[in-house]
Amino acid sequence: MSVATLLLLADGRFPAGGHAHSGGVEAAVRAGRVQDAASLEEFCRSRLHTAGLTSAALASAAAAGHDPLALDEAADARTPSPALRRTARRLGRQLMRAARATWPDPELDALAAARPKGAHQPVVLGLVARSAGLGPLEAAHAAAYESVGGAATAAVRLLGLDPLDATAVLARLAAETDEVARQAEAASSKAVEDLPAASAPLLEITAEQHATWSVRLFAS
Amino acid sequence: MHLDHTDTIHPERHSASAARPDGSRRALRVGLGGPVGSGKTATVAALCRTLRDRLSLAVVTNDIYTREDAAFLLREAVLPPERITAVETGACPHTAIRDDISANLEAVEDLEEDIGPLDVVLVESGGDNLTATFSKGLVDVQIFVIDVAGGDDIPRKGGPGVTTADLLVVNKTDLAPYVGSDLAGMARDAQEQRGELPVLFQSLRGEPGVGPVADWVREQLSAWTATAVLPA
Repeated sequence: MSVATLLLLADGRFPAGGHAHSGGVEAAVRAGRVQDAASLEEFCRSRLHTAGLTSAALASAAAAGHDPLALDEAADARTPSPALRRTARRLGRQLMRAARATWPDPELDALAAARPKGAHQPVVLGLVARSAGLGPLEAAHAAAYESVGGAATAAVRLLGLDPLDATAVLARLAAETDEVARQAEAASSKAVEDLPAASAPLLEITAEQHATWSVRLFAS
Repeated sequence: MHLDHTDTIHPERHSASAARPDGSRRALRVGLGGPVGSGKTATVAALCRTLRDRLSLAVVTNDIYTREDAAFLLREAVLPPERITAVETGACPHTAIRDDISANLEAVEDLEEDIGPLDVVLVESGGDNLTATFSKGLVDVQIFVIDVAGGDDIPRKGGPGVTTADLLVVNKTDLAPYVGSDLAGMARDAQEQRGELPVLFQSLRGEPGVGPVADWVREQLSAWTATAVLPA
């Protein structure tokens, strides 16, 4: 396992489209639920233990060699909001494009051919990790970290939050992020239907509302 | 089958290859960038009206936080709605055209897959600053649009857009007398910054209109058609 490869994959600058998405923070800011570093931390913690855990388990299972198409259906079943399903597939497609250029692999080609409009991003992330020579735990780490990293960056842009405070939020969540990744990896050898299905209903509901806004900074 | 299945097949590519999946040549991609309010959308609209009778066109807009630009082009009916796509940029228009071009590439490719062979796709950046340029992975040639009312010192200040764009358009020349802009000085400064690269002065309110810029796009298309290398 190459640590540098994991850092590259988890880097927010990896060109896979994430910069245009807030992970639900934009809707939470509008509703007044996220307004400072403390409320951002609570938002990120909730996201990590719900959507983050579910994503990390899907990514970990894909990296472990589960059938990505079965995992893609499992991701559908775990994502009630059509807007979030669209977002997940769009980001999966964008990640697939970047990964096929950086870590070419027939397994990626096969999933791209089977899901030309994009598979769910966590599934793609796990398969990309596999193609890059990373294991199920590393895939889970990347997914868990990403589930909060993008949200914190978006909060900086939306609130004019001090970027140092937002980064400190992520640092305080580091131990929990690692723990979620370990839980996800531990679950990844289970049958697909037994993978974690934690969800945050408010994220699903506000994603649907956000998708109807005519003025917004982020695509989701 | 997943829940949001679509039957349309969009073969994926990850490079700026000149070939489409069926082996045919893809459209020429022209980027239009420049500061807010310099007339990028108006130029795109005028180009569409001038070129649409002879060429198959499509437009991708990169609005910063609304769908205003796409909505304007739709309202003006410069092209049928299926030929206009808006990309959302997460408050960073330059990121979407330079650092992480994946959403724009998808928009361009989807237009070509859905509509069929296109001659030219115009990719309009959201209004940004003087450093914003397009990635060569996204567009083949780029136009940087500034205007005389934004300050006649912009060509002198240079920056990547003014200095390196394949075409610099100085727009709204009709306003020059009212804002005290020195067009001759702008032309001199622009040439100093750009050397041999072309500069066109444009007023969409009168003559010569978008004609010279449209001619430049036609020349680029001819060059693209003659030289774009397709895999054997």
